[in-house]
Amino acid sequence: MTNSIAEIEDAEVIFIIGSNTTENHPVIGTFVKRAKNKGAKIIVADPREIELAKLSDVFMQLKPGTNVALLNAMMNVIIEENLQDEEFIKERCENYDELKEVVKDYTPEKAEVITGVKADLIREAARIYAKADKACILYAMGVTQHATGTENVYSIANLAMLCGKLGKESCGVNPLRGQNNVQGACDMGGLPDVFPGYQKVHIKENVEKFEKAWGVKLSDKPGLTVSEMFHEAIKGKLKALYIMGENPVISDPDTKHVIEALEKLEFLVVQDIFLTETAQYADVVLPAASFAEKDGTFTNTERRVQRVRKAINNVGQSKADWEIIVDIMNRMGYKCSYKSARDIFDELAKVTPQYAGIDYDRIENEGIQWPCPTKDHPGTKILHKDKFARGKGLFKPTKYRTSAEQPDDEYPFILTTGRILYHYHTMTMTGKNEGLMKIAGESYVEINPMDAKKYGISDGDLVEVTSRRGSVRVKAKITDVVNEGVVFMPFHYADGSANVLTNTAYDEVTKEPELKVCAVRIKKA
Amino acid sequence: MLKIKINGSEFEVKKGLTILEACKEVGVEVPTFCHDDRLKPSGTCRICVVEVEGARNLMAACSTPVTDGMVIWTESKKVVDARKEILNLILANHPLDCLTCEKSGECKLQDLCYKYGIKGSTFKPNKKEYDVDESNEFYYSDPNKCILCGKCVRVCNELQCTGAIGFAQRGIKTHVTTPFDKGIANSTCVSCGNCVAVCPVGALMPKKKMKYRTWEVKKVRTTCSYCGVGCQLYLLVKDDKVVGVEPYFGEPNRGLLCVKGRFAYNFINHKDRLKTPLIKKNGKFEEATWEEAYDYIVGRLTEIKEKYGPDSIAGLTSARCTNEENYIMQKFMRAVIGTNNIDHCARL
Ligand code: SF4
Ligand code: SF4
Repeated sequence: MTNSIAEIEDAEVIFIIGSNTTENHPVIGTFVKRAKNKGAKIIVADPREIELAKLSDVFMQLKPGTNVALLNAMMNVIIEENLQDEEFIKERCENYDELKEVVKDYTPEKAEVITGVKADLIREAARIYAKADKACILYAMGVTQHATGTENVYSIANLAMLCGKLGKESCGVNPLRGQNNVQGACDMGGLPDVFPGYQKVHIKENVEKFEKAWGVKLSDKPGLTVSEMFHEAIKGKLKALYIMGENPVISDPDTKHVIEALEKLEFLVVQDIFLTETAQYADVVLPAASFAEKDGTFTNTERRVQRVRKAINNVGQSKADWEIIVDIMNRMGYKCSYKSARDIFDELAKVTPQYAGIDYDRIENEGIQWPCPTKDHPGTKILHKDKFARGKGLFKPTKYRTSAEQPDDEYPFILTTGRILYHYHTMTMTGKNEGLMKIAGESYVEINPMDAKKYGISDGDLVEVTSRRGSVRVKAKITDVVNEGVVFMPFHYADGSANVLTNTAYDEVTKEPELKVCAVRIKKA
Repeated sequence: MLKIKINGSEFEVKKGLTILEACKEVGVEVPTFCHDDRLKPSGTCRICVVEVEGARNLMAACSTPVTDGMVIWTESKKVVDARKEILNLILANHPLDCLTCEKSGECKLQDLCYKYGIKGSTFKPNKKEYDVDESNEFYYSDPNKCILCGKCVRVCNELQCTGAIGFAQRGIKTHVTTPFDKGIANSTCVSCGNCVAVCPVGALMPKKKMKYRTWEVKKVRTTCSYCGVGCQLYLLVKDDKVVGVEPYFGEPNRGLLCVKGRFAYNFINHKDRLKTPLIKKNGKFEEATWEEAYDYIVGRLTEIKEKYGPDSIAGLTSARCTNEENYIMQKFMRAVIGTNNIDHCARL
């Protein structure tokens, strides 16, 4: 997030796109609702009539995969009606002319055809957003999990820059990160092209810096992304995989493909707290300690680095993930002598500029938001306050492209997937909770009443949902939360798994798979 | 700054504070039932009354602003008598089952009765006879113990903004319930437990899988392990097991949690937790020691690295693990294996 969670409550306008906030980030959802109660206007763009859509001032129920067209049309209206922030654009941005050129084509009427959202609604949303002083945008995986995910994110940034809603209180572009420490995993260099702190691996100075810090030669060749790892494994080029705390068999698109890859590997290590679906394919499974058994830090979606504290002794013979990896590093001839998580933190703060000023003592009571470059720096609530990291903010105009898979005669529905309040990710943790399982024990598919009627499906019927990749049987939930032609499934469940169906087409830049759109057919089972 | 006197001592406090806030700043405790820092004062319970010299009546500390030169007495005879009277009234229709009450030890009513030496009510008993609502999976509501402070209703409506509960009926029959008394499970309740967290008595209580008394548990502050909001919470530990969760009142969640952070902790001590390393032999997992597992892993990785080169090996780090662990994992791949093949499922 460029801004902080607390600021949401004081916004005048909150534009929520591709985020079912009250279910996926429930406590942030309460900030949105409190803002609403204080008089804020809420704009929601989502293929489903989510809870926040019900209390919104403008709800744009767009066809899955048409974010860019919608956002471009909003910008079209803003420029057409002269609502842009000229001063901000002139002083802080570049490439505005190209943006103007590209969005010129996206009249609300044209966007209506693509997105299914009435032109007037688009106009209204654009005006409300542009005219407010404090307007923030919240988005989540409804924006990023598309083959056009990067373009979606660019479009959001374009909109915010166009209206000068960056670097200011209660404004900003605010991705809500799904898992508890996605932010931290990225910050720490858990990505194939960057060292900790987003320092690119192909840049010589960076390689030298880390060679010096770690005392070994390093590769400057960017590595494989998750999706590429599975492709390479199937091709026989990737031989061994070490998985720490992930369950790609359920979470990745196209389950069959993942299993094929795991089976093809010569050697697979899985380290987790339970024997997950993925662990079943391992040669060695190592018992990891849960978050309650270890010290460390998580970094939340507003970049706040917060403490995790050991509350109980390790269950069984389990060990903290870091201890296990350190043991293996030592046995492979790389000597390291960390005695505690704090030792590791002190080292990572030395090589990660954003974390340089943070230490355990400083965050004992309250976490600090990075960037925090020095020990006396209070941390950063709002990014891009006076200037952007790269200097000028670059408009990156994008054209709308259709999703990789479009509905056709054979597969006439668009399937979109997501999370629900009562479960988390692949259910390794929430699936063990009786109460949650009683409330939300099985997978389902949401179908619009008109479609249900056409196919003779009643609420609770077992239906077969089939895509080009596979087929699952789940219960039907008849609801007008989804529009005609669109069906929705939660992706948590191993039984009736949505990812048997989803598409592995992925975004060229981020390699994020298109989990939010694929073509399916349904029939009563 | 204002100059005021509290219980005979002089203090200087900021302008714009209530008596309650001023007392808190200088470390003088004033009891409350209905007060919550996050809500506007409602002044319904009156237990926070204090004596202000020159004022005709006792004043509710939570809703009276301090003024320059104010002279405040928080435990004068008049104040204590008034508080005793309130407690006396509450006890007339409150069960006296502290022996078995789950709230015992952290009950505000119990604490205040103890403080002011109230053993029971002198009024004619008028106990309530409601059914306990057990319909929610994670907590129960016992209206018989409710003292009508209204905090749960206000938290659900004004902070959580779900509006699942409210007051029904009037006068002596007033009680907290869901629309049409249909039961919590049939309401819009999302089981966040935020109402439970503010109940000063035993009316709203988490359903416990393992019994514990509050003085038996150790509370450890940590960060929720579910979503990216990063709510701060306490894990309650008894006999080396996590038996409950309570919210922390501070940034970023300000005392609020959701159903997952609040109630889905039982995976931690679940019987299915992996407890030893496993090595697959002839297609079946067999228990192994750490040494065996390490030897096997180090042997295989070294062999594969030598035969096919470092880029034939990859690691998946985790959005669920700590920063320290992510750092170590990528360092392992980069510095020890010698590849940048490191990623995680952030995109999923
Ligand atoms: S659990 Fe949450 S939603 Fe349910 S009544 Fe309490 S505060 Fe309201
Ligand atoms: S309590 Fe709920 S909202 Fe808060 S971090 Fe945990 S899962 Fe997220």
